[in-house]
Amino acid sequence: MALTTNTILICAGGGCISAGEESVKQAFERKLKEYGLDSVVSVVETGCMGACSLGPLAIIYPDAVYYQKLTPKAAEKIVEEHILKGRIVPEFLFEGAKEKLTIKEKPAQEEIPFFARQVKIALRNVGVIDPLSIDEYIARDGYFALHKALTTMTPEEVIKEIKDSGLRGRGGAGFPTGLKWELARQQKSDIKYMICNADEGDPGAFMDRSVLEGDPHSIVEAMTIAGYAIGAQKGFVYVRAEYPLAIERLQKAIETAHEYGFLGENILGTDFSFDIEIRIGAGAFVCGEETALMHSIEGKRGQPRVKPPFPVQKGLWSKPSVINNVETLSLVPPIILRGASWFRQYGTEKSPGTKVFALAGKIKNTGLVEVPMGITLRELLYEIGGGHPQGKQIKAVQTGGPSGGVIPAEYFDTPVDYESLGKLGAIMGSGGMIVLDEDDCMVDVAKFFLEFTVDESCGKCTPCREGTKVMYDLLDKITKGEGTMEDIQKLEELAQVIKDSSLCGLGQTAPNPVLSTLKYYRHEYEAHVKDNICPAKKCKAFISYVINPEKCVGCTACARVCPTNAIHGEVRKVHEIDQDACVRCGSCIEVCRFGAISKVTPVVETVSK
Amino acid sequence: MSKVKSLEELMKIKEQALQNIKMRESGKRGKIVVAMGTCGIAAGAKDTLKAIVEYMNELKIDDIAVVQSGCMGLCEVEPTIEVSLEGQEPVIYGHVTPENAKRIVQTHIVEGKVVSDLVVKRGEVG
Repeated sequence: MALTTNTILICAGGGCISAGEESVKQAFERKLKEYGLDSVVSVVETGCMGACSLGPLAIIYPDAVYYQKLTPKAAEKIVEEHILKGRIVPEFLFEGAKEKLTIKEKPAQEEIPFFARQVKIALRNVGVIDPLSIDEYIARDGYFALHKALTTMTPEEVIKEIKDSGLRGRGGAGFPTGLKWELARQQKSDIKYMICNADEGDPGAFMDRSVLEGDPHSIVEAMTIAGYAIGAQKGFVYVRAEYPLAIERLQKAIETAHEYGFLGENILGTDFSFDIEIRIGAGAFVCGEETALMHSIEGKRGQPRVKPPFPVQKGLWSKPSVINNVETLSLVPPIILRGASWFRQYGTEKSPGTKVFALAGKIKNTGLVEVPMGITLRELLYEIGGGHPQGKQIKAVQTGGPSGGVIPAEYFDTPVDYESLGKLGAIMGSGGMIVLDEDDCMVDVAKFFLEFTVDESCGKCTPCREGTKVMYDLLDKITKGEGTMEDIQKLEELAQVIKDSSLCGLGQTAPNPVLSTLKYYRHEYEAHVKDNICPAKKCKAFISYVINPEKCVGCTACARVCPTNAIHGEVRKVHEIDQDACVRCGSCIEVCRFGAISKVTPVVETVSK
Repeated sequence: MSKVKSLEELMKIKEQALQNIKMRESGKRGKIVVAMGTCGIAAGAKDTLKAIVEYMNELKIDDIAVVQSGCMGLCEVEPTIEVSLEGQEPVIYGHVTPENAKRIVQTHIVEGKVVSDLVVKRGEVG
């Protein structure tokens, strides 16, 4: 992700526009794009700066150099000399009194919708408070929910509130949280456990990390409330080791909570005692699965087991245990404090409340957004996400990580909730949304996720251990140009078998990316197999890099960066790429300033040597 | 710190905390919040924080508090900072490199003008 290195402020006052400002701005933007600088230099229009007779004006930051009387040609020169080479252009330097200029924002600047459409409940304190300060947490009503629950509500009333709110597990499965707590409460046992699943293994998902780093006390409070509700005295937070900052802040939060009496013996003067311990994961995606997680805490190998019995019946050390995801828990204190009906005002009937999504991939505003359930994908991706960073078409969005599926653009008016996404053959998952465009090959996407699941399979059951590897090898064959139509059929059948017979969620959902991409993009698979084409021009076996003789000026930039010396040509003469030597690394396309190199599919032979 | 045993004690802490935050800011005329989640740190938020603190020392500004928080969510434009001056709505800036941070301190804190090209949001976050 590039940071802006320069900002060009252009006066967009009436005087400057009529003096030709509009085309000066366009000239700046065009030249910046030509040099590939448009993503790191921003061009901003301001209100009238005041020195109208010397307009159009521009100011280059961070150097704060002022230019006057600009024309499109002047703009081009400034980009080439000042922005590219750092050399000030003296003939256009501003000669007026800088102090007399007023630089105001362009009137009626709209707020970008990124923040406007969000409803922050799980993320209410993230980015607002100092995560290490328990006092700031309390200042924003922290631990008041705990007090309310412990002193004015019975455990059954707490459970009823959560049930009425309709809160569903945000880890991906969407199981009703209140029901889970109730089932645990009903078990007769002196010892019960409350576990927070902070393993967050999905590649590209970082919602839980954000909460743990930015608002650790919300988890401490929520787990204590949950412990009270189900009748547990001990809680564990299972955090992945790859989140050292989260572990550090959580540790501090637990210590301070002890000091203030929110954890430990006789909390808030009641006879309820509860303590929380942190257990650190060791890099296994499978340990995000609840039974594997519990085995890991017990000190055993992180492998899942058959369910039933479910954790609420026989969990950690065979005692009734409730396992909840970080985001689910972060929603508990506000629900207790403000009530179930307050929560239900957001979202839909069957999926109330809000969900945090991590937007990643080919989208302008990557980051975390928390929105009410039921918002459409179109709103999420275009209004909040800002659309494609280069304005290309968004092809599809991948949700739910390696357990999820793809949703093509035609379905972007679907509301985002558990049921609607399920109908499309996708899942909401933990909230990771990876945006794909025309340069992403769907077969390659399926292969990427299979590579991940093959690596992370624990090996206990045959369908997953052997099956995912076979699926991966078939996909690899197809992307390397050796696939057949029978391979596609085998892939589909195998996917179904693995889905039906795997022991745990990892194996049961590993075929989802394959089944989903086959459902919507079968033509891409067939193009690879039948026509030797990769429509996205991604799979190296199917593409060639070619130089367009009409655009090539013979600057030799490409020949100089080619790692295999595959490009030949004399200076100022059209160059050519030797297809036999080319390894399709893409370095030449990156350095060509004339747009003369492009990828084509299917493969071409070298015409002459 | 003695353990909290009643609602009254909890309320007292809340009020005291709110007071402290006000005092911390009214003895000060504003504050700068630097987002310090892992994404911010990876984008260089620690350098940004350093630049802000050093530059303010250089300019001998001691009535602005500088604090940290978690990630504000717009990871694309990290490092992000929020500048809230007394009597004004808070402004969130993105792409705050150490150079941009200095410019913001100079233009917004010293001269009182919002740096429009770096603004990401105005008003309360949530």
